[in-house]
Order: sequence, then C-alpha cells, then structure tokens
Amino acid sequence: MLSAIQPTSSWYLILAAVLFGIGAFGVMVRRNPLVMFMCIELMLNAVNLTFVTLATALSNINGQVVVFFVMVVAAAEVVVGLGIIVAIMRRRNGITADDLSALKG
Amino acid sequence: MELFVFVVAAAMVLGGAIGVITRSNPVHAALSLVLTLFGIAVMFVSHDAQFLAAVQVIVYAGAIVVLFLFVIMLLGVDRTEDVNIEPITVQRPLALIVSAGVVGIVIAAVVSSRELLGRPVGGLDKTTLSAPDANIRQLAREIFGNNVFAFELTSVLLLVAVVGTVLMARRVKSNGAGK
Repeated sequence: MLSAIQPTSSWYLILAAVLFGIGAFGVMVRRNPLVMFMCIELMLNAVNLTFVTLATALSNINGQVVVFFVMVVAAAEVVVGLGIIVAIMRRRNGITADDLSALKG
Repeated sequence: MELFVFVVAAAMVLGGAIGVITRSNPVHAALSLVLTLFGIAVMFVSHDAQFLAAVQVIVYAGAIVVLFLFVIMLLGVDRTEDVNIEPITVQRPLALIVSAGVVGIVIAAVVSSRELLGRPVGGLDKTTLSAPDANIRQLAREIFGNNVFAFELTSVLLLVAVVGTVLMARRVKSNGAGK
C-alpha cells in the first residue's frame, strides 16, 4: 500500500519552495555575513531543484543545462563575496552586517 | 522505494536548512549546509541527473563549503554569536510574513497546475537513456551545441572572478613600491 504512493513533481516543487522560503528568512534575519551567504546558497539550491524537477517533468534537458550554468555562477559569486568579506574584516573587527552600515552611502 | 528516498532526502534537506538558519556557530551552520547539499544531490539522482548530482557534491560540498570553512577559520569568527539579539524588533515577524508569502504563492501555483505535474516522476526520454552515460551525452550535446557561446562566457566569468579576488585580497604596499 505504501509503495503505491509515488512522489510526483509537485512534491519536489513544494519542497523547493519551502527550502527557498527558509533561505530567504535566513538572509533577512541573520546578522553574520557568512551565514547570510550560506542562506543565499540555500536559495540557489532550491532554484536548482526546481529546474531539474521541471526538466524531468517536461522531458527537456535544457533545465539541467541551466542548472549547470547556475552552479558556475554561484561558485564565482561565492569566491568574490568571500573575498570582499575578507578584505573588510581585515580592516575592522565587526562581524555583523550592522557594523557595515557605513556602506549604505 | 521512490517514496522512501524522497522522505529521507527531504528530511536531510529541511533539517540542514533549519540548521543553517538556527545554529549560532558559523561552523555548525556550514556543516548543516553540507547536509542540505547532499540531500539535493540525492534528489538530482532520482531525477536522472547523475552528472549534476556528481557536480553538486564536488563543487558545492567539496569546494564551496570548504571555502566557507577556510574563511571562517581565517577570520577567527568561529565563536558562538547570540542569535536572540534583535536590533529591529519588527524584523523577524516581517521576515516570516514575507518568506511565508513567497512560499504560499509558489505552492498555490504548483497546486493549480497539478494536472500537468501530477504524473509520477518518469525521467527523461527513456529511449535515449538506455546507455549508462546517456545523461552526460544529452547534456554535452546541449552545452557544446546550442549553448557553446554561454559556455565560453562562463570561462571568462571565472577568470574575472579569480583575478578580481586576488586583487581584492592582496595586501596593499604602504610605501607605494608596487606602482
């Protein structure tokens, strides 16, 4: 009986939406810039899961191609972002986003 | 069997995500992120995206999280911060409302199109997926065929990111001898 239930694409899409919501909540709530970056990675992974699910549901490989490019851009984004964080932390000891409010112009 | 895999992977994904936003120590948050990334990789495998699952483990869990841990150790911020401090009191309820609203909108869209998505996960075109390397074959044909220009642009992007990061992280010479 239990094996008769098959997870459909909707299940994966809803899970990806919940994961995106958790990531968005973390970006808005956490103060540590490193943890905010991790939450951005959560959101990117939620979108990747959506792309792969729809690629399977629509039998179109282009969804997986997009995920490939998203991964490349995410890697570059993390490298640049962590470089900025290291450059800022070297000059001051504040580790929260509140201490960087001088950047607001 | 698919149900079992989905339940286990979903527990990994959601447990790791909750851990990322609730653990007060950044090192624990990074390790929770690894759990989430492995869960996503399991789901990629169940969607016949074997290449992306391998890349997910190698690039995300292998490179990006290690980079995070390097930076945490380098900056010495691997101490517990108090997550109960709320400088702006309205922020947490507001963030909860906004993120729950986004999730609700997406779930409503998924539910309203469930006759399109309600079929069990069948995989990609089975006639071309008989060979063990069919996924990589399909992906390569698409990337190096129709998307070859975007592929070349990503190599330029990676080069720019590497050069820019080296430039940012370099210590500036104070006596101007570097000019």
